[in-house]
Amino acid sequence: MDIRNVADLSPGESGIISGFMDDALSLKLLEMGCLPGQPIKFNFAAPLGDPICVSVSGYDLSLRLDEAITISIQ
Amino acid sequence: MRKIALVGNPNSGKSSLFNHLTGLNQKIGNFPGVTVDKKTGFTTLPNGEKVEIIDLPGTYSIYPNSKDERIVFDILANKAHSLHPDAVVVIVDASNFKRNLLLFTQIHDLDIPVILALNMMDIVEKTGLSIDAEKLSKELGVPVLPMKARSGKGLDLLKETISGLQHNKRKPIFDAKAHAPEAIEAVKSSFDIDNDYVAYQLIQQHKINDSIADEDKAKLESIEGNFKFSKDELRRKETLERYAAINEFINGSVKENFTVLPKRITDTLDKVFTHKIWGYAIFISILFLIFQSIFAWATIPMDLIDLVFSEFSSWVSTTLPDSMLTNLLADGIIPGIGGIVIFIPQIAILFAFISILEETGYMSRVVFLMDKIMRKVGLNGKSVVPLISGVACAIPAIMATRTIENWKERLITIFVTPFMSCSARLPVYTILIALIIPNKYVLGVFNLQGLALMGLYLLGFLMAIISAGVMKLILKTKERSFLVMELPTYKAPRWANVGLTMVEKSKTFVFEAGKIILAISIILWVLASYGPGDHQENARNYVLEQTTDQLSEEEIENKVQSYKLEHSYAGIFGKAIEPAIRPLGYDWKIGIALITSFAAREVFVSTMATIYSIGDTDEEATIKSRLRLEVNPETGKARYDLPTGMSLLVFYVFAMQCMSTLAVVYRETKGWKWPMLQLIIMTGIAYLSALLVYNLLS
Repeated sequence: MDIRNVADLSPGESGIISGFMDDALSLKLLEMGCLPGQPIKFNFAAPLGDPICVSVSGYDLSLRLDEAITISIQ
Repeated sequence: MRKIALVGNPNSGKSSLFNHLTGLNQKIGNFPGVTVDKKTGFTTLPNGEKVEIIDLPGTYSIYPNSKDERIVFDILANKAHSLHPDAVVVIVDASNFKRNLLLFTQIHDLDIPVILALNMMDIVEKTGLSIDAEKLSKELGVPVLPMKARSGKGLDLLKETISGLQHNKRKPIFDAKAHAPEAIEAVKSSFDIDNDYVAYQLIQQHKINDSIADEDKAKLESIEGNFKFSKDELRRKETLERYAAINEFINGSVKENFTVLPKRITDTLDKVFTHKIWGYAIFISILFLIFQSIFAWATIPMDLIDLVFSEFSSWVSTTLPDSMLTNLLADGIIPGIGGIVIFIPQIAILFAFISILEETGYMSRVVFLMDKIMRKVGLNGKSVVPLISGVACAIPAIMATRTIENWKERLITIFVTPFMSCSARLPVYTILIALIIPNKYVLGVFNLQGLALMGLYLLGFLMAIISAGVMKLILKTKERSFLVMELPTYKAPRWANVGLTMVEKSKTFVFEAGKIILAISIILWVLASYGPGDHQENARNYVLEQTTDQLSEEEIENKVQSYKLEHSYAGIFGKAIEPAIRPLGYDWKIGIALITSFAAREVFVSTMATIYSIGDTDEEATIKSRLRLEVNPETGKARYDLPTGMSLLVFYVFAMQCMSTLAVVYRETKGWKWPMLQLIIMTGIAYLSALLVYNLLS
């Protein structure tokens, strides 16, 4: 089975961050509190489907879909 | 005097704290060598000591993402820097504790006395967390103070702590030396540095940091290579280690109690503000409200200011003895100052709205809503902020593009932002609209003049979007674009912050732009009052020679005045460009205003005031009534009729007429290529569109 990522979640669903697919972007995501082992919740998408709003480390973060794809979850 | 720096994440309440500490006792300047807004102020501690407070740009990490964020490391790490502080107050949003602490742990390792201010403790308690400040202080080895920056609670304790703050050596939270011992030793021995983390950061940042001299960069580069310092890998390890440490610190001092977690208001509001239909409807309504209120609220004080200055000017010219100095005062300086002061109501109202949108957290939702649309034309959701602030002034707006990490997106945003109608165009719009559009209501509620105004703003916006789309096709890049952005919780605006922004921006305008406007008014007065030959002194004789009709004394006097203006230096300049602007429906008087407008658009109104008061014997008229009375000698009808008025309006919407904007674009793009392209393309578009509009309407 393929590894799931944040973009696969449906609104309201959560997952646990397991790793990153993009090295350069992961540095920024780590600093913004997206840490392996942390729960991440897909809150809602913007009206046009992109970007999306997720909750992580106790606050809301907006990510584009192509950024959300790089965060793999369990 | 001791210097205290404020550091924190964006949205952590840093500016509220700064405003509370310094009140109106603050000034805005630039950090040395870079054009990043530097806010400093003074505060007096309980023991009577006066200290300087420096507000550093908000950042999530000491690793900079932009030029602004870079300042934080530059100032804190460099002991020789003129702004290097004696102590740092790190303010964190305690309701978003973990992520906020990351920056704190980085500052902690720099070896400067630090105070940790836990802001928004009231929200923390509501979300079911509790933080034991005392215990945390013991763990971290620095003073930890709970506070409420919005209301100023905890401020006295902070001041007291600053006055008694001592420097004790701390053990670093991230042990940089354990990860790259040789590289750090090498940096410490070749530079005058004793802190491990500063040495480590210098290797990390040397490629992106312009403040490091080239020879030092080369040294750092070779150290990086020699000791196989793998930057990204170390940075990843560092972040993970810091978060692990944070988890240990808060273990025991922070209690999570999820049973009382309330339904967050933010979630509910987001359902509305980012709704498919309501989200956009609300956004457009807010923009509409802004324009309607500027028109409805600002015109009253503006008319009043206009009246006061014209009355004052006529009082001066009738009371003081007739001399050159009196004329300079009454026709040059006073209308010139009036042309500056008249802007204050609009600028204050505009910045009040922008500051409310930022304070409430709504601005990031606008970015969220618009990102996908903006990306279609080569922009970024974050371009919305510069585009909206461009409505106030292109200069801060272009500086605000620094938050856009992708160079191509940033360049396009910089290029198209001046198409947004800035507040300097507003007086030109309001005066011309008042002359050519009837003050009527359609459908009972919509003021026709207000609608016309909004139409002009939309026209500028559309041109910005179209140009962006064209540039997207032309420019090529491989650099990636990101939108990893915090969506802060909604908050009620703090009115003191809104008020301070209004005062500050108006002050900056009056003193910065005002200088140019006043200087140009005086130059213009000289150019309009003097001319070559004896045409000025013997104007009366020339007029009498030319005319054979019997004229009344008043008619002769009017003819003499306009003869003088026509043969002044300004008149000669205006006449020289008349052939080029005649197809647009302008005469040489408007030509003079166009020339001066290239320094700054806002000069249009004061230029008109100067030109028409010189050529007019009726001293008491306001600017508006003078323009209304101006007659086109060829048609015998009003000079400012619909075709000419519309053509002028369209010209001002598109033309690049602001030297300060060109200077900022030069600074931000590091070259003359882009500002020159802007000048040529924008003015070309303006000329062609004005030509089209004039010919369609007449």
